[in-house]
Amino acid sequence: MKGDRLPAGRQRLVVVGNGMAGMRTVEELLRLAPELYEITVFGAEPHPNYNRILLSSVLAGEQSLDEIVLNPRAWYAQHGIRLHAGTAVTRIDRVRRVVAAADGTAASYDRLLLATGSLPFILPVPGNDLANVICYRDIADTQAMIDAAAKYRHAVVIGGGLLGLEAANGLAKRGMQVTVVHLMPWLMERQLDEAAGRLLQKSLEQRGIRFEIGVQTEALIAGPQRRVAAVRFKDGREIPAELVVMAVGIRPNTGLAEACGLHCQRGVVVNDTMQTVTDPRVYAVGECAAHRGVAYGLVAPLFEQAKVCATHLAQFGIGRYTGSQVSTKLKVTGIELFSAGQFMGGEGAEEIVLSDPVGGVYKKLVLKDDRLVGAVLYGDTADGSWYFKLLRQGRPVADIRDKLMFGERSLGDAGHQGVSRAAAMAEAEEVCGCNGVTKGAICRAIKSKGLFTLEDVRRHTKASASCGSCTGLVEQLLLATVGGDYSAAPKTKAMCGCTDHGHQAVRDAIRANRWLTIDEVFRGMDWRTPNGCSSCRPAVNYYLISTWPKQAQDDPQSRFINERSHANIQKDGTYSVVPRIWGGETSAAELRRIADVVDKYKIPTVKITGGQRIDMLGVRKEDLPAVWKDLGMPSGHAYAKALRTVKTCVGSEWCRFGTQDSTQMGKDLERALWRMYAPHKVKLAVSGCPRNCAESGIKDVGVIGVDSGWEIYVGGNGGIKTEVAQFLCKVKTPEEVLEYCGAFLQLYRLEGWYLERTCHYLARVGLDHVKQKIVDDAAGRRALWEQLQFALDGEPDPWFEFDKARVDLRQFAPLTPAVDAAAAAAAARAVGQEQGA
Amino acid sequence: MNAVACDIRWVDVCAVADIPELGARRVARPAGLPVALFRTRGDRVYALLDRCPHKGGPLSQGIVTAEHVACPLHNWAIALADGRAREPDVGCTPAFRCRVEAGRVLLDADELATLGLDLAAPAAAPCRHR
Repeated sequence: MKGDRLPAGRQRLVVVGNGMAGMRTVEELLRLAPELYEITVFGAEPHPNYNRILLSSVLAGEQSLDEIVLNPRAWYAQHGIRLHAGTAVTRIDRVRRVVAAADGTAASYDRLLLATGSLPFILPVPGNDLANVICYRDIADTQAMIDAAAKYRHAVVIGGGLLGLEAANGLAKRGMQVTVVHLMPWLMERQLDEAAGRLLQKSLEQRGIRFEIGVQTEALIAGPQRRVAAVRFKDGREIPAELVVMAVGIRPNTGLAEACGLHCQRGVVVNDTMQTVTDPRVYAVGECAAHRGVAYGLVAPLFEQAKVCATHLAQFGIGRYTGSQVSTKLKVTGIELFSAGQFMGGEGAEEIVLSDPVGGVYKKLVLKDDRLVGAVLYGDTADGSWYFKLLRQGRPVADIRDKLMFGERSLGDAGHQGVSRAAAMAEAEEVCGCNGVTKGAICRAIKSKGLFTLEDVRRHTKASASCGSCTGLVEQLLLATVGGDYSAAPKTKAMCGCTDHGHQAVRDAIRANRWLTIDEVFRGMDWRTPNGCSSCRPAVNYYLISTWPKQAQDDPQSRFINERSHANIQKDGTYSVVPRIWGGETSAAELRRIADVVDKYKIPTVKITGGQRIDMLGVRKEDLPAVWKDLGMPSGHAYAKALRTVKTCVGSEWCRFGTQDSTQMGKDLERALWRMYAPHKVKLAVSGCPRNCAESGIKDVGVIGVDSGWEIYVGGNGGIKTEVAQFLCKVKTPEEVLEYCGAFLQLYRLEGWYLERTCHYLARVGLDHVKQKIVDDAAGRRALWEQLQFALDGEPDPWFEFDKARVDLRQFAPLTPAVDAAAAAAAARAVGQEQGA
Repeated sequence: MNAVACDIRWVDVCAVADIPELGARRVARPAGLPVALFRTRGDRVYALLDRCPHKGGPLSQGIVTAEHVACPLHNWAIALADGRAREPDVGCTPAFRCRVEAGRVLLDADELATLGLDLAAPAAAPCRHR
């Protein structure tokens, strides 16, 4: 097939390397541009793409080889990919653009993707070529170890790193007497500090593994039939060894790239688009690639690279890879170990350490400039993914520093306690309360469907796809089921599947480019779908109208139904209606009108809400405009990502303890802020004394009257995860309350990401940032308050000003075509008889 | 379908312009649940039974994208062309024949009279009012 010509139009992509990085790139590419390329894949191993990380589970006898296959041969056939498995490429001709294998197989390319992975490092000691001296890299090595374990007794693993220890554990589980020889002063010195390394050694010793630490191998001694028989150390001692596994490191497999003149330096050198710096037609991803001087050996960075590479292969020309933070978890069942970042500290770093050597728990957090930069956890790794998140976000931790060591649960989480229970849970226990998904179902889906990311799990199991409160738990299960490598999500989370851009990038671009329409955003940022999806359209619509009030036009078709019909949809398709009751104070006339409406429209349920209002449930959509008209009360926006209620107590007007007129303050706040759309719903409360009967401590903005003025709290939440509001400042007058609260909410409107509550927004930007903008900067605060007043000035009440609020009245009445009623009845009868028979 | 096209009795339901772009309308029927009409950016019009195969949500109230409608209850994506739920969800809602001619939307009278009559709307509490 040398020099074969393919029909014009379709480009040819050749992939050298049939492993996880290469095939992940192909998968991403097929998702973006399934028809663009004729794809040919060369793999040196005679297998389809499998999950290399799970080889340690295979060795330990926990999974079979079949179970770790990621792309079966049928997948290649289904996508028209020509697979040459067991065919090692020996030459690349970049001038004629042909790759050739030893057996004469050749393929021409328009684009070439190198994903050749890495090679194990072989110790240059005498005897390293003896039989039964192997590395630990692929299925063949794993099979050789399994075979050896069945026949021999003594194994020596050289190298006490991640791979070596997993090999040692697997061989020990298969009944061998294993000794680990490690040159450095403690185990896994690249991931662990000395204390954690010692703890690890102790628990592996309890499993019967022996250690030779700080010991150098001098030679491997031959026995009969040139099989290895013993290992001799520099100090002259010898120990028996019928199997020697070398796990002393890996190096990028760049032989092929070097031979064809591609620039290599600790890997094939690539730029941020994963193109080789030498030849723009050639890309490299995975362990063979050197990006900004780093060749990554964990799977999460490879997947990030694959994603970026695919967008360029698909000719979208977007996406840059800017490097990854990595974390490590040892995949030895029963040993909990996690490490990430600069765990050794160094200049300017502070350490927080918890050490319980008898209990087998050790935790070290490394901080620098008020940020978490590294973590080592041993014995209890439940908070690993949380620490890793803090580390990637680089968020200031001053406000939670005293609780940092005790994990995410210590931060006042009275709700689902997302993060730290995964390991202890039973298979049948429910993880996702919204969709009824058990731990067992999630773990099975992860294993059987080869899921890697939170997004994958959401799509396949629905777990964490609704309210999101179990996200931490699901991340933990991913970590536990497929190894810690997977815990690393990309640094910037894409807004949705339609784009790689995150929320902040979209906000920034809308402002920088003065975009006013959704189409401009989609075009300008190379959206993958023509009309977006149900998650990005409402977000972009909100960003446009909040960034450019009075200029950008609202798009009702990009809003969730509740904000289009100005009522809350219920499970049977009817709606609920909540009129606005200022500050929760009503009158006989209003109550009488509500009662009349309930009777007139036969509304089945009337309920007092938690926000001191009245909810009418079960209103037919056709009746909504008439219900609003008859109520004659303003919209309560109970259906919107907007200001909901301002809850109040009776305050100094009636209450014998009241110090301030909280009801009036609440009414004033509500009148100033109603019709305010926001990233998410916004709830306020005003209490007239520190007894706090209006529950200001769990509101987005809570105001508490004291004798000398008003205290303002922000970022509280009474929902999924109870969050106590944080003290912002104390002010003297009601006018100041309006200004400070309004300015804070305007800041949140401008900086919050869509569907981010104030508590999440605060967790992301930090209270200090907010204090700086609202408390310290008086001019900035006034400007924000004015901006908000400008944005809200003249905003329509959607229950009455239909045109101005762009309410499409056609939605309320169904179309009623003139069907031939008699014919219809006859046809229906005919169908009925058929079904009856 | 072409072979039987001449046998179909088409009913004029509305003008294309009566449906908002990237939006929907409901068509009431003498019997059975309404039919949801969807209009895409390129003025293609699709008709599905107004009932999500998941928990019966009214699809006509969902957000319409290029090829799907997102059910307003639990955000399942239902294909406009054939009513199938997008993987990994499983389910299908009946699709109705639909034609656009000279800016008018036409539905098949027989399908309007007979299709999906066995499917009921979901119920909500309290039951004493039903």
